[in-house]
Amino acid sequence: MDRRPDPIRIDVGQVLQRTVTSLYAHLVTRPTGRAVRMAIEARLQSAGTLSLSLIDLSEVVILDFSCADEVVARLVEDATRSLTQEAFFVFRGVQEPHRDQIESVLERRGLATVVETDPGSFQLLGTRTPREERLWSEVERRGLVGPDELAELMADAADPAALESLLERRLAFRSPVSGRVHALSRLIERGVS
Amino acid sequence: MNVLPVPSSLDHLTVDEFFDQVMRLGEERTLFDARHLRWVDPNGMVGLLVGGTVAGRRQRSLPRLGLPESADVQGYLSRMAFFEAAKGVFEVEAPSRRPPARSSDVLLEITSIAANVDVHAVVDRVQSRAGAILTSRLGYPPTAVVQFCVILSEVCQNIIEHAEAPGWVAAQAYNWARRLGRYVVVISVMDVGRGFRGSLSDEHSARYADRWGDTTALEAAFLHGFTRFPDSGRGQGIQQIRRQVRRWDGAITIRSGTARIGQVPEWDDTPPLVDGLEPFPGAQISIILPAKVGDLWTGDPIPSGSTWARCSSAR
Repeated sequence: MDRRPDPIRIDVGQVLQRTVTSLYAHLVTRPTGRAVRMAIEARLQSAGTLSLSLIDLSEVVILDFSCADEVVARLVEDATRSLTQEAFFVFRGVQEPHRDQIESVLERRGLATVVETDPGSFQLLGTRTPREERLWSEVERRGLVGPDELAELMADAADPAALESLLERRLAFRSPVSGRVHALSRLIERGVS
Repeated sequence: MNVLPVPSSLDHLTVDEFFDQVMRLGEERTLFDARHLRWVDPNGMVGLLVGGTVAGRRQRSLPRLGLPESADVQGYLSRMAFFEAAKGVFEVEAPSRRPPARSSDVLLEITSIAANVDVHAVVDRVQSRAGAILTSRLGYPPTAVVQFCVILSEVCQNIIEHAEAPGWVAAQAYNWARRLGRYVVVISVMDVGRGFRGSLSDEHSARYADRWGDTTALEAAFLHGFTRFPDSGRGQGIQQIRRQVRRWDGAITIRSGTARIGQVPEWDDTPPLVDGLEPFPGAQISIILPAKVGDLWTGDPIPSGSTWARCSSAR
């Protein structure tokens, strides 16, 4: 049995209204983004040392760069740096009008994350190499890659390092028990409707 | 009393000279004589407010504003909420007769920006209005309203985070039939705070040594994305605004102190850098977004005689 993180769904639109003020309809200004991020972090503290969060932006109409930096990039960066918690993120509802803001803030910090652009359609956004993109897409296509299948995925001598990079950057999950590599999308689909 | 004649046309082309004249005023109270004002855009209106604020600070008394003789200009100023914004800046008697409501002509009335709540209010207001103007008049895709709101949000936050003083924002669509043969949206955001040099000095002046000044501070922020914050994620606002304005083939210029820097498209002959201006406080940002033509953002003018080709200002 794999040890897998149970996904938690966090609706950013609701967090915005409950945390900041019900008068704010949009995710704009840095203080607003900071308040929303801190509310999300507070919820994640109870999630344990291994967590997978589905951050749902579906109800957010306007997302500016300042808020994208606070809510997406800072969240991903802090999670990647953490030595005590292993937190994974997938951002849902990343429509075309949000894409540029999210991609820009991630690239500015040298980060990447998994986003769901349409229901069931997942992409990598942010800084990644073509090799990382190819490997991630293959893991994403298969959903689950066992240790024996990993060898066939590694067509090039540089591929193992690229896979390790994906895992370290929390863009895919490797079970410490079975060694199988899970696409985050598959873990989300299993745990959150 | 000083008398400062407001030029008959006060817009993005003439506002720098107007600011320079404000800085040359003596210490006596000033009458801003706008009787002959015939044309004013958001840069002109917001420029009047910051000009009046600077004069009032230096002269320690509210300047007076002589109203434009043109009823059309008075009506336009009323529709843009100029007289409400002018309270506390000018001693002025607002016209008694209110103009007929033509809210659809106005993209964003003059709005004071002093706190984050004001940015939220601007985005709320513009999001509900901008769609029709951006799609039908500028030919932008429906999703452009989000990017437009993002530009406004970032540019307004610039006031709060860097100026440490209040400012104003306004936006309006115009038919630049003669100037460009297309509709444009003009956005103006101005403050009378500490300016780019003041904001960046502590962090960045040392690396420029004796070259440090308004021009280098503007270059640092505008071209290189420098910010006073050590966090690498900060300072993106202006860079992202530039990128989006470029995609729309628009123009953006920023004056701060003695210099104005800009990113100007082919259709605009504004020089990309002007220095040697009078040391006007704060930062003054002008953004002009032209209508898309066909599949391109530049090209042949739109056909004349459109039913909506009516300028909502006095010209």
